[in-house]
Amino acid sequence: MTQSPDLASDRRALARLITRIENGDPATRDLVARLYASAGQARVIGITGPPGCGKSTLVATLARRLRIRQTPAESSRPHVAIVAVDPSSPFSGGAILGDRVRMRDLSGDAGIFIRSMASRGALGGLAGATADVVSVLDGAGFDVILIETVGAGQLEVDIARIAQTVIVVEAPGAGDEVQAVKAGILEIADIVVVNKADREGAAQTIAALQSALDVSQPESAGAVAHKHGALAGARASDALRNTKTEASATGDAQWRIPILKTVALSGEGIEAVLTAIEAHAGYLRASGEGARRRARAVEQDVRARLADILARRALATIGREQYDALMAATVARAIHPAEAAEQLMNASWGK
Amino acid sequence: MTTSTQSRPLRILIAKPGLDGHDRGAKVIARALRDAGMEVIYTGLRQTPEMIAEAALQEDVDAVGLSILSGAHKSLLPRIVQVMRERGLGDVPVFAGGIIPNEDVADLKSAGIAGVFGPGTPIADIVSFIREHTPAHH
Ligand SMILES: Nc1nc2c(ncn2[C@@H]2O[C@H](COP(=O)(O)OP(=O)(O)OP(=O)(O)O)[C@@H](O)[C@H]2O)c(=O)[nH]1
Ligand SMILES: [Mg+2]
Repeated sequence: MTQSPDLASDRRALARLITRIENGDPATRDLVARLYASAGQARVIGITGPPGCGKSTLVATLARRLRIRQTPAESSRPHVAIVAVDPSSPFSGGAILGDRVRMRDLSGDAGIFIRSMASRGALGGLAGATADVVSVLDGAGFDVILIETVGAGQLEVDIARIAQTVIVVEAPGAGDEVQAVKAGILEIADIVVVNKADREGAAQTIAALQSALDVSQPESAGAVAHKHGALAGARASDALRNTKTEASATGDAQWRIPILKTVALSGEGIEAVLTAIEAHAGYLRASGEGARRRARAVEQDVRARLADILARRALATIGREQYDALMAATVARAIHPAEAAEQLMNASWGK
Repeated sequence: MTTSTQSRPLRILIAKPGLDGHDRGAKVIARALRDAGMEVIYTGLRQTPEMIAEAALQEDVDAVGLSILSGAHKSLLPRIVQVMRERGLGDVPVFAGGIIPNEDVADLKSAGIAGVFGPGTPIADIVSFIREHTPAHH
């Protein structure tokens, strides 16, 4: 049995526990459950976006700023954990986890803990164990948890399940093609950041993002435009202020997804991102949306785990050979996938 | 669906200590280890011994690989092992590659570097070295 170490101060114990969670070690279950019980205090923020848009640089800058801002006393600074997820190679099962390269400057700050994770074939680009790792970090006393994942496809919705606030990052690109829109990840955004604003084309990217957002939240967009009589461009940069105005006017109301410009390398615009994160926390609380999201996320989590248990049990009951035969028959269209699932279910349940 | 407990991937830190400015060799190793099914935590250039030890600790790696070209290996590599030991990572094998003269190998080994690989070492040798030195990974 694993006893409960002081994970906040014993970083080695924490690191080892994370490894065992990643490996699905059943002996960690009690400890993970205990930490889950004391979790729920941390702010969990997801950062996603297309490859190379500056997520790691942004995460590093956010972490550094979170540590020093408003809190001159070392001991009262928030503890920040970073979980950086990269895809595993579908061919070898290996992975290159390179996000620490951009987080070099954080080294030496004992209040920051960085962990790289491979997705290990879990759907969604998020490692299957990420939810447990995050609740362990939360239960261990980290105040803010930043999760970086590559948003390469719509499977990325997983991060919306784990994070309270999702930041979708985009960089100015060639033409008016917006990667985040193409990949379908804009739908999970609570905050949109256009990073590398020092590059040409930032204004076009913002305009393209704004029009994509206007499609998905047309009413509020109209209301804001009406209220402020603002042009599209100005509206984008004022979005945060609009949010606040509306929120304070109506008590809770709705969330307007702000589009913020940053230069993660220099730190420009980072303060506005932190302010938006705080505003979003306020919105989640005041509107009750935070509690609703969590309830949904917990249910999805339980169902995913249930499906996993059942799949394992079915395989264990009927054995690899029969399982493979069933799959082959389904591939050959001799049986429908629903029928195959039913057979597996009956096999593991009936006995 | 997998039972991940049996065949978990090895986690290897690949770092580049010293001040020299390119990391082509380190990246080649990183890719080769990935292709051998390992999870490679790549930290990039100009890593101090403290940075390397802290990354090894946080990432709970099974081994640390250092790529060094600067000629400072005689002081840097033993120092990294020492800082790792101070942080309770004495049991994590450290190997080094790059431009390291043959006559320095014995000293490095007695300083705690488990393996030294010169230029042109076949990747397969490095892979099997890692496998041999991380047999009973917890
Ligand atoms: N010009 C400019 N370059 C930036 C900015 N932020 C990051 N970069 C550079 O963009 C490159 C990619 O940055 P990362 O932070 O690694 O991007 P990422 O999204 O984490 O990349 P992946 O994890 O590989 O998807 C690096 O060379 C950074 O230095 C910025 O604000 N302006
Ligand atoms: Mg990154």
